[in-house]
Amino acid sequence: MSTTATPAPRPPVARQPRGRTTQPRGRRKWTWLRGIAITLVTLVFALPLVWMFAAAFKTNVQVTDPGVGLWFKPTLDNFRSIVEAGQIVRSMGNSLLVGVVSTVLSAVIAVPAAWAVGRFAMHRTGSLILVARIVPAISLLVPWYYLFAQMGLVGSYTVLVLSHMFVSVPLIMWIMISFFAGLPVELEEAARTDGLSAFGAFWRVSLPLAAPGTATASLLAFVFSWNNFMFALVFADDRTQTVPVTLFNFISYASTDWGGLMAAATLITVPVVIAAVVGQKYLVAGLTSGATKG
Amino acid sequence: MAATEVSAPQAGTRSSTPRPGARRTRTPRTFEQANRRLKWAMLAPALLFVGLMIVFPLAFTLDLSLTDAFGAVNADKRHIGLRNFTDALGDTRRFWPAARRTLVFTVGAVILETVLGLALAMLMRKPFRGMRLVRTVLIIPLLATPVAIGILWLLILDPTNGIANHLLEGLGLPRQEFLGSVSQSLPMLMLIDVWQWTPMMTLLLLAGLSTLPEEPEEAALVDGANAWQRFRYVVLPMLGPTLATALVLRAVDALKTFDILYATKGAGGGSDFEVETLNVYAYGLTFDYQEYGLAAAVLVLFTLFIIGVVVVLRRRGGGKNA
Repeated sequence: MSTTATPAPRPPVARQPRGRTTQPRGRRKWTWLRGIAITLVTLVFALPLVWMFAAAFKTNVQVTDPGVGLWFKPTLDNFRSIVEAGQIVRSMGNSLLVGVVSTVLSAVIAVPAAWAVGRFAMHRTGSLILVARIVPAISLLVPWYYLFAQMGLVGSYTVLVLSHMFVSVPLIMWIMISFFAGLPVELEEAARTDGLSAFGAFWRVSLPLAAPGTATASLLAFVFSWNNFMFALVFADDRTQTVPVTLFNFISYASTDWGGLMAAATLITVPVVIAAVVGQKYLVAGLTSGATKG
Repeated sequence: MAATEVSAPQAGTRSSTPRPGARRTRTPRTFEQANRRLKWAMLAPALLFVGLMIVFPLAFTLDLSLTDAFGAVNADKRHIGLRNFTDALGDTRRFWPAARRTLVFTVGAVILETVLGLALAMLMRKPFRGMRLVRTVLIIPLLATPVAIGILWLLILDPTNGIANHLLEGLGLPRQEFLGSVSQSLPMLMLIDVWQWTPMMTLLLLAGLSTLPEEPEEAALVDGANAWQRFRYVVLPMLGPTLATALVLRAVDALKTFDILYATKGAGGGSDFEVETLNVYAYGLTFDYQEYGLAAAVLVLFTLFIIGVVVVLRRRGGGKNA
């Protein structure tokens, strides 16, 4: 078409584009339509979750009456009853423990490795590790179960932490490789000429600069650990159960208690939503970093 | 520490190691040696983890797939050759329907997510008021706990009490069974997947769009290309690599979907196995039936299938991405 490489000669009196370029005529109308479209789309993604939060504060009669909508007198009874039942609180503690330990251990392993891959352009080695991103978790679940069961470890926190690291180690590497590759190498070289060892240059110069990236990657890793269902479904017992499993078990024996179910779902989603609101900018950057820089 | 010669497959010369003479550093040669030792030392824990937790278990799965392992995990097992594979591949009742569902689910959901995600990204490309809020809303579905999302949609799509049927009635449309019906379950779960993951596509593509240079589009505008032409012949080709990467990422994750399927429809993917994908099937074989050998064979096939998809997609995408 008309978009070949040779740019057409520009009109001699180039009109200075204000702000953004490439604005067609009829600008007003489009801005309006775009605003409406964006609002509609946002509502489509937001409303189901709003519905869940609202249902958590409804009585069971109100939950199962779709006519009630979003205007009703909120009650905390659902939260009270699930907290009194006990398991959810214990599970949140377990999820917190497993999430923090597995994330910290993963960061300790993955950040130096990401530095090596990013700094020395070891892409072949890097992609070997990132294969873990492709391997379906379930194809490891079977051998893990087989081996861990023989070691008598099923039900222990150790197995949960190890299995959750399967997700977070590649995730943190994925994010941090492009981060380190983007740091100017001159900083480390300068540190080296000033007498720091190779490790010292990493430790004192690159690592502090990578702190924001590491924080983002760790937060994402924690969220994915918090959300992980399959590993805990297999490896956790009543004592070590994490929140998604508790929620799942809740469905089977309390499927009529919609209010309680929604309260439980809300309870375990709220920390994630807070993380999303607070760290929105960084989390988006983290989620998209590995992908766009390849 | 002695200079142990760690055999480096490819000396990482590309980015950083200062070449002798290239820079006025004190002792460049030791730098390079120190770097070479250090980079492997830094990689060692990650490699060890991958070896112990991924490579070894995968090898174990491969071995297990050739045995008749069944029942208790410490029961005796014998090697029986490829019989598990022939059993799986000859199973037209569970295995092949599950494989078909996996493919239908993945292809359908990912195509929808890509088209919608691209449209949304183009819509949100230029800054607007409330951008921050919209991005926050978009990120929540990706971070929310899948099991919670599953039960949330169970409530919305409940055949008798759900808001979805209430809305359909309001529009004068017939009520639906949704997840209660065998034929509607898989399409419904695909829609839930689309709801959950289209934002991911949008965010990835927005990030890709923000890195594109503006000049080619300006040139096309000056040449008189209309909005569609600028999108089709200028933006889309430049966005190609990002699009390919996003597609591979999403396809790989969609193939592996488990949480929402299992949380909404339970073991076996429902009474008629209506949402039983290879993932759910393999899970059931292992933990409901203790058919470890057969499950391992299914998983080997499944993993090969995923690797095949990635290879094909990457070749077609023409990128070294992902």
